[in-house]
Amino acid sequence: MSVVFERSKGLADVKTHYCPGCSHGIVHRLLAESVEEMGKLEDTICISPVGCAVLALDYFEFDGIQAAHGRAPATATGIKRVHPDKTVITYQGDGDLASIGMCEIVHAAARGEKITTIFINNGIYGMTGGQMAPTTLPGMKATTAQLGREVSLNGYPIRVAELIATLDGAKYVERVAVDSPADVIKAKAAIKKALEVQEAGLGFSFVEVLCACPTNWGKTPVDALKFVKDEMIPYYPLGVKKDTTKEGQ
Amino acid sequence: MAKVLLKGNEAVVRAAIEAGCKYFFGYPITPQNEIPEYFSKELPKIGGAFVQGESEVASINMLYGAAAAGARAMTSSSSPGIALMQEGIGYISKAEVPAVIVNMMRGGPGLGGIQPSQSDYNMCVKGGSNGDYRNVVLAPGNVQELVDMVQEAFDIADQYGILCIVLADGLIGQMMEPVELRKPKERPIPAKDWALTGRNGGKTHRVYNLKLQAPDLEQDNFDLFKKYAVIEKNEKRHEDYMMEDAEFAFASYGTASRVVRTAVDRLREEGYKIGLIRPQTLWPFPYEAFDRPQIKKFLDIELNMGQMVDDVVLGCGDKEKVEFFGHTGGVLITVDEVCDFAKKIMGGAK
Repeated sequence: MSVVFERSKGLADVKTHYCPGCSHGIVHRLLAESVEEMGKLEDTICISPVGCAVLALDYFEFDGIQAAHGRAPATATGIKRVHPDKTVITYQGDGDLASIGMCEIVHAAARGEKITTIFINNGIYGMTGGQMAPTTLPGMKATTAQLGREVSLNGYPIRVAELIATLDGAKYVERVAVDSPADVIKAKAAIKKALEVQEAGLGFSFVEVLCACPTNWGKTPVDALKFVKDEMIPYYPLGVKKDTTKEGQ
Repeated sequence: MAKVLLKGNEAVVRAAIEAGCKYFFGYPITPQNEIPEYFSKELPKIGGAFVQGESEVASINMLYGAAAAGARAMTSSSSPGIALMQEGIGYISKAEVPAVIVNMMRGGPGLGGIQPSQSDYNMCVKGGSNGDYRNVVLAPGNVQELVDMVQEAFDIADQYGILCIVLADGLIGQMMEPVELRKPKERPIPAKDWALTGRNGGKTHRVYNLKLQAPDLEQDNFDLFKKYAVIEKNEKRHEDYMMEDAEFAFASYGTASRVVRTAVDRLREEGYKIGLIRPQTLWPFPYEAFDRPQIKKFLDIELNMGQMVDDVVLGCGDKEKVEFFGHTGGVLITVDEVCDFAKKIMGGAK
């Protein structure tokens, strides 16, 4: 009997603290598989954010560090400048990256830091209990927008992938989702491509992943995936926002 | 090596590179700009890296990354910039990664001014970040000592796994003095087997900052304080000047102590039995240096509103014995002022 699927060697054999239906587990697997397939398990350093993924370093079998809230791209910059030959990845949520850390992510991208950022966009603060994020959709309920996000009061969601794509230092930018098997396969390809861009030394690479947060959305896991498809994707269009590699030109 | 005439800020760069520092992350702020400027020129030549951070917040977190990656790295700034770095200072302290900061202090609070001051004693010595932590704080009184202490700071940081702050001010940063780059004393420096280097066939390295279980975090803090106790035992340092027969003692560090030293000379000429106790480490603070029952009064002289007074009181054990004089906001003290103040305190006691 041949093995057709097994746990990536990039994933630690531990239980995670993630809620049922949370997308982090899928994205962790895709990242671990991509690092493993590139033969980089020995040479990868991943920066955990503040947020639900703060413990991600325990779930990966490569080096990890916990950064301050939003500062993962700065911490990654320090690490990559010391170890230019290592694969350096930041894994950040939407509050971490697009609110408190907007300055750090924009400047790391503008500098063309040779790092890869995996950006988890589920439109909500998870760890702190469902507060409004910069990516919360108009009308979407949050514990700090209890009647739904009112744009006249709270402003508009930020389309981060499009924003990052405007920066010359960003060499590969794609938005994907993990709401269906087909989208999961595309997400994996995007993550791997982003890591290859780093490996080639081209510059900054960025993958935004639309994710489900059933717990803080107040939905079942299945309904949460449907929300990603029906509500998130129309507001945050999937696809490659920038590709400066040969294949992209 | 022959002595060379160096400006304080440039001397910091020479000393850091001599100590093996290859990475600098910083943001422009007066009066320390020669430090990042000089680093930006020198580090690429030696295979290192200079990054101008987008803010002090980013710069300190870059330093956190480089330090966790096992490199000798530093940042520098001045008071309002150091205030912005407090978040990262806490993270570096929690992670116990060795790093160095040079603070060329200026007047505060807030945006304050750009003239030399000692406004950050509280922030740097007592700690401006959250939680129970300490940083080693070295207080140079001249450019030679600045050079020596910057070199030592890297060794101290590596020896203990701690953030080491060289706390100088705009005057020391901007003035030129002849200095000699010399080797600091040898210290036992452990291998950085915890550093983020990739697994490289070995174990996975993980640098933590979060401890969700309170008893675990408490244990971490107990362990930190065990380390701090060793540092307190090993690293306290001060200089006595004309203290042998002194009945009165100035307490002063850094730039202020230079003025005070001249005041001691003048008062001695007039027959006053007064000396100077100059702390060279502000944490650990040399409390024992002030435990001298024969001293009638301690005259704390600083370029602030008396931020060190509490420590001098703790050292001598009698708040009635401690008097303070200083200027703040970037105004310097003069020898005349210090002498007049001392004579008022001493009365006719020669």
